[in-house]
Amino acid sequence: MSNEQPYFEIRNLHAEIEGQPILKGVNLVIQQGETHAMMGPNGSGKSTLSNVIMGHPSYDVTGGEIFFQGRNLLEMETEERARLGLFLAFQYPVAIPGVSVAKFLKSAFDAVHAEKKTKSSEFLKMLRDNLAYLEVDDSFVNRALNDGFSGGEKKRMEILQMLTLQPKFAVMDETDSGLDIDALRVVSQGVNKLRSPSFSLLVITHYERILRYIHPDHIHILIDGQIVHTGGPELVKELEEKGYDWIREKFGQEVLAS
Amino acid sequence: MNEDTSTAILDDYKYGFFTEIEADSAPKGLNEDIIRFISAKKKEPEWMLEWRLKAYRWWLKKSEPTWPHLKYPKIDYQNICYFSAPKTNVANPGELDPEIASTFERLGVPLHERDRLAGVAVDAVFDSVSVITTHREMLKEKGIIFCSISEAIQEYPDLVKKYLGTVVPYTDNYFASLNSAVFTDGSFCYIPKGVRCPVELSTYFRINALDTGQFERTLIVAEDSAYVSYLEGCTAPMRKQSQLHAAVVELVALDNAEIKYATVQNWYAGDKEGNGGIYNFVTKRGHCRGARSKISWTQVEAGAAITWKYPGVILEGDGSVGEFYSVAVTTNKMQADTGTKMIHIGNNTKSTIVSKGISAGESVNSYRGLVQVLPGARNARNHSNCDSMLIGTKCSANTFPYIESENESSVIEHEATTSRVSEDQIFYLKSRGLDEEDAISMIVNGFAREVFKQLPLEFSVEAVRLLEMKLEGSIG
Repeated sequence: MSNEQPYFEIRNLHAEIEGQPILKGVNLVIQQGETHAMMGPNGSGKSTLSNVIMGHPSYDVTGGEIFFQGRNLLEMETEERARLGLFLAFQYPVAIPGVSVAKFLKSAFDAVHAEKKTKSSEFLKMLRDNLAYLEVDDSFVNRALNDGFSGGEKKRMEILQMLTLQPKFAVMDETDSGLDIDALRVVSQGVNKLRSPSFSLLVITHYERILRYIHPDHIHILIDGQIVHTGGPELVKELEEKGYDWIREKFGQEVLAS
Repeated sequence: MNEDTSTAILDDYKYGFFTEIEADSAPKGLNEDIIRFISAKKKEPEWMLEWRLKAYRWWLKKSEPTWPHLKYPKIDYQNICYFSAPKTNVANPGELDPEIASTFERLGVPLHERDRLAGVAVDAVFDSVSVITTHREMLKEKGIIFCSISEAIQEYPDLVKKYLGTVVPYTDNYFASLNSAVFTDGSFCYIPKGVRCPVELSTYFRINALDTGQFERTLIVAEDSAYVSYLEGCTAPMRKQSQLHAAVVELVALDNAEIKYATVQNWYAGDKEGNGGIYNFVTKRGHCRGARSKISWTQVEAGAAITWKYPGVILEGDGSVGEFYSVAVTTNKMQADTGTKMIHIGNNTKSTIVSKGISAGESVNSYRGLVQVLPGARNARNHSNCDSMLIGTKCSANTFPYIESENESSVIEHEATTSRVSEDQIFYLKSRGLDEEDAISMIVNGFAREVFKQLPLEFSVEAVRLLEMKLEGSIG
């Protein structure tokens, strides 16, 4: 990585789905070791942003660039991005019937850490440690991936995958929605375990609640496909007190006018 | 999914080689003389020839069934060679020709004493003849007979006469009649009363010669309280022309006996334009003749241009159990019309059907099943589960379940689902570092897992690999 180029950077990103423009010029820089939060009301483009970062085929990027460690992500397949160290914790993880969590995770681990040639026994030990950390029963790994999982279980599963796959940069897409306070605590605990000077995180959320557990360095407000405001941790309180309308009133009009 | 992800390519059929070997063949065409020729070649007794001729005369009066959901050019039965045996260059009749031995070696079926798989006895059938049967002495000590059907007709005529055609009579259907007239080889297994067969019995069918049909006939009899697990594998060279395979398999289970029959069918399926490949018209049926007997069919149908087969169980003995577990994979322009028949005759009989159809490319995959409860069958139970999975947008899946219950005490449950490998599932797995092929293979293997776990371990591993190989290239 060169010194001039940021660790992770989004430049003037435009994206649409089925011809409908969603992202209208997103700019974002995240340095190594930083945690950022992206907040915004429903429909502001938060999930589109996370899907585009990972390369979901339903979204068309119509302009802009995304760089990670100097590589242009938009030129890469989704699996190549994952192997580079990117991770997306899904808002709605899909079920893969008949495939056990253990088998899936071992295949995924081998795919992203091919050079490590981890033995099954070592891998299982690591998996068990992570399960314990997330207060999940061992039997979890024998269940079919997300098949019949409750909402909370699916979210824990995402965090279990994140802990196990040890990404360099993770995006969490509304992982906090629909979680009760206990689950939220456990999920946050898992996230905090990963935090280190070499791990960067983008937490996408609708609510400020999760930010009480995961303390971001920077907070961005996304409205109508653009980041309209960026601030420090103090912004959480302001949002809590005043809601998004305040942001919309203060920044929205000029954004829409431009 | 993108358009291009549904176009299947499957040119890397690794069993598609041809063995150069001199053959002793009948002239092409079918008539009574050809049948006499086959019977004479096999040194059969008069009654066997008579039976063949009766079957042939019956067949002449019938016509090919048109009800299957299959499209293929008319088969020219006069343009097929009905008998082809490799000429061996060995002095002793019991010895194996090295060319044939190496063919089976390449197919992953070692026949030499030193390399044989420990837990599996193999009967190897090359075109129209059985070339060797392994582990015979050990089995013989337990009273188990495992040999080619041709040999059984000569050595154990009474047993063969007692059971042959009692489950699938020569009048059963067009292809079964044809088979009865011209069947060449296959296996015969007989497990006497109270004996549990200590190894897996297995037959490997190889079609080698050009324009030759393979008409194998297998008969398995398990006497009271006997048990046997039997495996069948099949491959053929890659050819532009289609070849016909019309087999008949009959299973008989007496009181408390159990027969497990597993097939991993990987006949050459033709190229991606649909040229060549095996036409697989097969009649397989088990008869739970005794009380509390059990027959289970497990099939992995991964090859053949056309598959037409409905392995069924006649549940006559009270408390007998029939099972059918199937994975049918079709790619390119393959067509499959397959399923099962469960005929409940005895009281408290039970049947289970689990069918998983996977279609890719431009293939057509149909499940066709019959569950029939006769008036006298009290407390019959059936549970059917037929799931179809589609990969891409040009393939199709159909389900034709027929349920005929004539006894009010029966409980019949049928579930069916059709799903498409979704873009979101693939994206999810790709986001975890798996490439598209591995992602689809994982999804498909998960889908078929319930059936794979019915197979003996080595076969299950083989089946998973086969499925992966089949779907390789069916993506992107």
